[in-house]
Amino acid sequence: MRVVNTRQISDCIYRLALKAGRTLTNSCRAALENAAQQETGAAGFALSALLENADCAARENMPICQDTGMAVIMLEIGQGVYLEGAPLAQAVDDGVRRAYADGYFRKSICDPLTRKNTGDNTPAHLHTEIVEGDKISVSFLPKGFGSENMSALKMLTPAEGEEGIVSFISETVKKAGSRPCPPVYVGVGIGGSFDGCALLAKKALLREVGSRNPRADVAKLEERALREINSLNIGAQGFGGKVTALGVSCEVAPTHIAGLPVAVNIQCHCIRCEKEVL
Amino acid sequence: MKKITLPLSPTEIERLHAGDAVLLSGKIYTARDCAHKRIFALLDEGNPLPFPLENAVIYYAGPCPAPEGKVCGSCGPTTSARMNSFAPRLLDLGLGGMIGKGEMSAETVDALKRNKKVYFAAIGGAGATYGNAVKRMKCVAFPDLLSEAVYEMEVENFPLVVAIDSFGKSVYERN
Repeated sequence: MRVVNTRQISDCIYRLALKAGRTLTNSCRAALENAAQQETGAAGFALSALLENADCAARENMPICQDTGMAVIMLEIGQGVYLEGAPLAQAVDDGVRRAYADGYFRKSICDPLTRKNTGDNTPAHLHTEIVEGDKISVSFLPKGFGSENMSALKMLTPAEGEEGIVSFISETVKKAGSRPCPPVYVGVGIGGSFDGCALLAKKALLREVGSRNPRADVAKLEERALREINSLNIGAQGFGGKVTALGVSCEVAPTHIAGLPVAVNIQCHCIRCEKEVL
Repeated sequence: MKKITLPLSPTEIERLHAGDAVLLSGKIYTARDCAHKRIFALLDEGNPLPFPLENAVIYYAGPCPAPEGKVCGSCGPTTSARMNSFAPRLLDLGLGGMIGKGEMSAETVDALKRNKKVYFAAIGGAGATYGNAVKRMKCVAFPDLLSEAVYEMEVENFPLVVAIDSFGKSVYERN
């Protein structure tokens, strides 16, 4: 058994949050550079502005985007770990609170009805999973809501199959249009239950842009969906063009014989995701 | 790239066409969902507004806090479509135009055309660039709303695209 103090998790989240808010992932940066070479006109202008902005954020130590997001945290905790110290959720929120204050990040979390801001960007949205081993993997995804708002879930029928899945993904991106800050990154959950499917879609967004699902049939589906989306001519910021999505990542899980849940979680072009193993 | 300074004259507005890239300077006011709700409540009660609406340009944005030594934190645009229920009435009351990101409704397009005003798209996600282009900033209403309060900003060379022009032509329509 390995003893880990939750303070270590809190400090890890603090580090990851500060870095994530100010840095694009390498695969995102590469995908944006590639897109910028393909586009002209207003879309080309927008993509160059985004690359310049990423440099500006690094130089000035500022958040890339003012929507520093809801703090989505996924912890995979080895079952050989014994956690001591402050309760886990409290330690996680503490890391988020400190990072959002010290980084001059926007505090974007409020009561859903009164709309009163909690003032420190907590509570974080925490998922935990118990896995084998004695390590803890921490993923931090600051999720902006311009894109989250455009996400959708549909309970398809088994008969609709792959055809239905691809058209639902494409329709969701089409309906979102210029609103979620395209070129988008599309996380898709296929299977599981209503709630499990949505979580799969979110997990898909933790993957590097351009990565493929190890299952060949799923990888093919990812490529097909990406082609369909990029024929929509939405383009960067909705200004038209060849690159409406930087990538599509699908995660699958077994489902019920009567169902085919599909969740499409949209991520804007500002992909900020940091990971560390403790 | 074309440089423009607020307030825009009717002739300058006529020369702006959907798809044009511009660098905009001058005074703007931030307002997003909650601030719009409060502005509408003030209008309904017949109370004065926190800033004169005539010819004012609203920026749909909620900035990050300013780090020490800086005027403003990261400050890119938010999704304009959420303000579709507010924009037409404000335009009819004299609003000078809006800055945001993404398409707006047919009702908003009609109101822009009717009032000969322009909606500009800022590049969503370029928050650091826009934050650095803010030269002066003060909160003029609803400080309890934090980032959603109304801030008066003096900006220099905001990189924008004319998204919907005063003729009702939109950069988002390509058919």
